Amino acid sequence: MDFPTFLIQCLNAVQYGLLLFLVASGLTLIFGIMGVINLAHGSFYMLGAYLAYVLSPLVERYLGGGFFTMLLIGVALAVAFGYLLEWVFFSYLYTREHLQQVLMTYGLILVFEELRSILVGDDVHGVATPPWLAGSMPLSDVMTYPVYRLFISSVCAVVAIAMWLVMTKTRLGMRIRAGATNREMVQALGIPIRFLYRIVFAIGVGLAALAGLVAAPVSSVYPGMGNQVLIICFVVVVIGGIGSIRGAFIAALLVGLVDTFGKVLFPSLAGMLVYLLMAVMLLWKPEGLFKAG
Amino acid sequence: MTTDSHARAAAHVTVHGAARVNTVKLVPVLVAFAILAIFPAFGQAFYVELAGKIMIYAIFAMSLELLVGQTGLISFGHAAFFGIAAYTVAIFTIRTEASSLLLVLPAALIAAGLYAIVVGALSLRTKGIYFIMITLAFAQMAYFVFHDTPFGGGSDGTYLLYKPGLAIGGTTLVDFDRPHTIYYATLISLVATFAFLAILLQSRYGRALAGIRVNEQRMRAAGFPTYPYKLGAFVIAAMFAGLSGVLFALKDGVVNPELLVWNQSGAVLLMIILGGLGHLRGAMLGALVFTMLQEVFQSEALFGGFSKHWQLMLGLTIIVFVAALPRGLIGLFARRTKAASSDAASDAASDSASNSASNATRP
Repeated sequence: MDFPTFLIQCLNAVQYGLLLFLVASGLTLIFGIMGVINLAHGSFYMLGAYLAYVLSPLVERYLGGGFFTMLLIGVALAVAFGYLLEWVFFSYLYTREHLQQVLMTYGLILVFEELRSILVGDDVHGVATPPWLAGSMPLSDVMTYPVYRLFISSVCAVVAIAMWLVMTKTRLGMRIRAGATNREMVQALGIPIRFLYRIVFAIGVGLAALAGLVAAPVSSVYPGMGNQVLIICFVVVVIGGIGSIRGAFIAALLVGLVDTFGKVLFPSLAGMLVYLLMAVMLLWKPEGLFKAG
Repeated sequence: MTTDSHARAAAHVTVHGAARVNTVKLVPVLVAFAILAIFPAFGQAFYVELAGKIMIYAIFAMSLELLVGQTGLISFGHAAFFGIAAYTVAIFTIRTEASSLLLVLPAALIAAGLYAIVVGALSLRTKGIYFIMITLAFAQMAYFVFHDTPFGGGSDGTYLLYKPGLAIGGTTLVDFDRPHTIYYATLISLVATFAFLAILLQSRYGRALAGIRVNEQRMRAAGFPTYPYKLGAFVIAAMFAGLSGVLFALKDGVVNPELLVWNQSGAVLLMIILGGLGHLRGAMLGALVFTMLQEVFQSEALFGGFSKHWQLMLGLTIIVFVAALPRGLIGLFARRTKAASSDAASDAASDSASNSASNATRP
């Protein structure tokens, strides 16, 4: 593997890892704080991608285009949707056993998939890359790298840094961390924990949808796209330690690296390498890299 | 600890268990088996085939019930063992002419069991939510092995050109191309699985598993090495799942990666919840109801064009069912007969389990 190829794969790995982090961070937050296993989390990624597909032409026509406008509207819609969904559905899951949560959110996946099929259909759709990001930048004489992929990485990195700031420097972040550590105590101190839950859930949905929105031009939108991401994100969450955002970040990059280089070096084993990684990590640390405290 | 005390403890448990085997509960099961035995004589071919499918899922569901309902280990990757056994059947029958069932069946069960030893040994190091996610991930790993590598036919799967049979000295004893052979093979497997698991659950080992479910720490304190007990249950469950996988491969004559897909693991979990956790009957009932629900929602006669979106109705039904009936359909009957005493009963079960445990360990 010559250096430019290696560089390209590294960039791909980081981009994939950061994208996974956006989805997995919501998953790990929702579990860490509310104790809910949300199998339907992949559906929010799918929601984001389909929002990109539906919103792009609408924004083009009525608002005169603007990729960031589209992202903003998409995320806002997703957050509102998450807020509503927590209210009407997930708030009833907190007191239930894990098994029931698994099954009810599994039922929710089926519902989302079919609603998607009814509303948008079962075809695979492409989403146009915005023109100002459509170019490629040269890495060597013959190799180039698409600018849009760099854009994805930057967006994800900015969001990751923003999340870190929110979690460590703000009152909301402090409450979220406190909620993850000791729910009863937070409640006893007079912090409205149900409202906190709703916010966290909505943020989680928004993050997953943002991942879907920015990924749509690269991955295109297709049925079942959420489930693929979901299972990989489970691996990320397990490796990183459930409830730990820092763990999810490192694990997501690790999974991105293993998956990307696995596809290049051992194409026939690529699908299972990530799970092998998880098995090895579990032998080493049965509770993940960072146990949420 | 002497062997004598072992025997006494075992006897204690058996007597205890025997008293508990309620004939009222056993009768519906036996009646159902009897009806299934004569069903091909009068049922239409379509319904006989459907009944065969339900029986296969009933075996699959009972195997998971041993883990989830009895031992309290929520495995979300049980389809892996179903699929691995089915693939083993296909791999052993691809080139040779109709190979012997005596070779194929043990090979398939051992393959499922071996994977279970590996997966179980690793995933049982973890607990709760980690266990759920890890079993899921290992099942996905198996899925990708069959999906991405060519040796099982890749994503298209592979056909069983010659179904294995059983022939001794030139006379064919079992030939799955004959009508109803697979049906009766399934029925026999179903009865055998039910009998084996029912006896297992009443045995000292089964009581220990129940004890682990209720209070693992107490079991460990009572001197039970819980890890090998759980691993044993994991492997046994995997091998029975493998049995159902073998039957499925023999019935359809084709295997593909979809047999291992995670929805399949979700579906079988749903069956045992739907029927009612904690009962083998519940697992069988759940398999029946779940398969029938699928059939009904997919029926164009009932839902017309909307049957294309049958998963929407299935999803909503699942949500409502789990929300409204956490104890499953069996719980519905139990509630009517003896209201709310089931909690007391399960407490008593845990007590008897760990009592028999402490009896067994006392010198």
